[in-house]
Amino acid sequence: MKKQSIDSRSARPKPWYDPRVRALFFQVVSLAVVFWAGWVLIDNTLSNMENRGISTGFGFLDETAGFGIIMHLVPYDATMSYGRTFWVGLTNTLLVSAMGVVAATIIGFVVGVARLSSNWLVAKIALVYIEIIRNIPLLLQIFFWYFAVLASLPAPRQSVEIGGAFFLNNRGLYLPGPVTQEGFGLVWGAVLVAIAAVFGLRSWAKKRQKASGQIFPTVKVSIALLVLLPLIAFLIAGRPLEWDLPALKGFNFGGGISLIPELAALWVALSLYTASFIAEIVRSGILAVSQGQTEASKALGLPNGLTLRLIVIPQAMRVIIPPLTSQYLNLVKNSSLATAIGYPDLVSVFMGTTLNQTGQAVEVVAITMAVYLTISLLISLLMNMYNRAVAIKER
Amino acid sequence: MKRMISAAIGMAFVAGALSTTSVLAATTLESVKEKGHLQCGVTSGLPGFSQPDEKGSWTGIDVDTCRAVAAAIFGDAKAVEFTPLTAKERFTALQSGEIDVLSRNTTWTLTRDASLGLNFVGANYYDGQGFLVNKDIGVDDATQLDGATVCIQAGTTTELNLSDYFRAKGMEFKPIVFDTSEQSVQGFAAGRCDVLTSDRSQLAALRSKLSDPNSAKILPNTISKEPLGPVVRQGDDQWFNIVKWVLFLQINAEELGVTMANVDEMLKSDNPNVQRLLGTDGDMGAKLGLPDDFGHAIVKQVGNYGEMYDRNVGPDTALGLERGINALWTNGGILYAPPVR
Repeated sequence: MKKQSIDSRSARPKPWYDPRVRALFFQVVSLAVVFWAGWVLIDNTLSNMENRGISTGFGFLDETAGFGIIMHLVPYDATMSYGRTFWVGLTNTLLVSAMGVVAATIIGFVVGVARLSSNWLVAKIALVYIEIIRNIPLLLQIFFWYFAVLASLPAPRQSVEIGGAFFLNNRGLYLPGPVTQEGFGLVWGAVLVAIAAVFGLRSWAKKRQKASGQIFPTVKVSIALLVLLPLIAFLIAGRPLEWDLPALKGFNFGGGISLIPELAALWVALSLYTASFIAEIVRSGILAVSQGQTEASKALGLPNGLTLRLIVIPQAMRVIIPPLTSQYLNLVKNSSLATAIGYPDLVSVFMGTTLNQTGQAVEVVAITMAVYLTISLLISLLMNMYNRAVAIKER
Repeated sequence: MKRMISAAIGMAFVAGALSTTSVLAATTLESVKEKGHLQCGVTSGLPGFSQPDEKGSWTGIDVDTCRAVAAAIFGDAKAVEFTPLTAKERFTALQSGEIDVLSRNTTWTLTRDASLGLNFVGANYYDGQGFLVNKDIGVDDATQLDGATVCIQAGTTTELNLSDYFRAKGMEFKPIVFDTSEQSVQGFAAGRCDVLTSDRSQLAALRSKLSDPNSAKILPNTISKEPLGPVVRQGDDQWFNIVKWVLFLQINAEELGVTMANVDEMLKSDNPNVQRLLGTDGDMGAKLGLPDDFGHAIVKQVGNYGEMYDRNVGPDTALGLERGINALWTNGGILYAPPVR
């Protein structure tokens, strides 16, 4: 009788039959083709540009810019380099994006919850807002806010004045600017101490609630701490704060802080537009939480506000956060529409003026695309980390 | 197995597409003749320079420059297609070959000539930068504009000149930068800025777009030199010569008194300069690669420089611009074309 010997080697097939080896081989080949394609594209572009006498390279970033920018969060004047204009544009984009994200989230959540309200009028108003704002292109809305609102504001010489310190005209909203004097460091220190105290208070109050069930008015006490401690420090230091009041000098207002109408129009348009999408996302998230949760919480006697805050929204966040991330990314990318109204964001300053002055379209567009990609990836990363942190831990 | 095969075919396509050697490029003249029309880059709408009318046909001095080139090549001034371009994309469109010639009131500067792979063929309009202000603000001279808000179009020489001028005079200004000239006019009309700055010819055109053109005035200061002219790609000398000599021919035609009205009679002229201009003597056309009567076609269909100027931006048009330095050198201006011989 022939004994069939189980050859251990027959369990592992020959390399070209082995599915793992084949998979690996094809993956390596595909990767090589992708890299080779990328190299060919770059090499082709560079050699063509050289043949046609178009200058290449990133040396242009050191040349003098020679043009002015109306709003810059970092110090800038016309004698600085193109590289500096990049930073000016980038900070302006980040500013309007951050302001937009905060405002859109707040408005979106409020409208989304209002849409589900049992009050018929509130729900209908929210519905009308969502349907109108969602369906009109963002560029038109930006133009509307800029030109329609601008047209209704008076000229600088006939500004709307409030208390001699606040001025509103079609060049912007002018506020008195705080100028910190000697001794203001004490106030900053007090603010830091207050923040630390609030965190400490929160964890103490939670422990106390877990142990004895007593609710501590954390929010009210935290607010009091954050306001009173710095205020006391401010008074002790002898009020080290002067105000730089805006005043009409020639054509425009000088001094103080100003909010240019371009920024205001862009911020309002972006926030309202994105908020209408966020409202629908919030609504879908809330509807995704099973009815049983609301009923159980009502059976326990929790009022509507607490039900929403403690039971429904934390569970709804799991459904809300991924589409919310997309809306944030949309907002950041939509801020590039600033070129239409003259707000000096990254696209307008760097991809517009600098590109035109230096003529180096390929490098400038590549840098701008890389920047937007980085910002978007960072936002996704942060939101995903937050998502994992608040995810309900299944047992 | 099927997935692997389709993946392999996809890879092969990608590899094949990328490994083709570059096709030997035909010269611009050959590709234009093959297309049957000239592709001309212009603005999206600037009265007097390049603007579509309500029926969609283009008019303007830049448009006529392109029409003259088409008349020289094809004998038909209508064999042109126009591509409206913003200030940001105009050079990229020319570099990439999307258009054959850029006739878009573009200022001739060293940076643009040297670092973009482009050549300027000359100037069809010598201009300078000026300021448009509202009559209400009570300013008569640009030196009174310290602290003003200025509306500008993005990415043009205007921005740089403005900055240099104010810095040299020790004055401050706040720039509001728009994408297109229409938006900058809207911003000016809405009162967002006190001053609108651009080339003086554009200011005349933009002022005519205001709801009340008489409420604004152009200040007398000219703060820069702006020679505006057509642009072509580097590396094609024959095409460069063609576009350059079409422009020179129009200027020479005005100098010799050849107009749209009398060009047919001038064919019988004994003046050797006129004969060479219109092609009845000499082989000027053949030297450029054009038909012999290209001069006659240009003047018959588009006119000489003076007629082109008067029709589009002259004193009788909405822009109302005097010849000034754009007159012939024999009339006190600086237009001086090399002889056609």
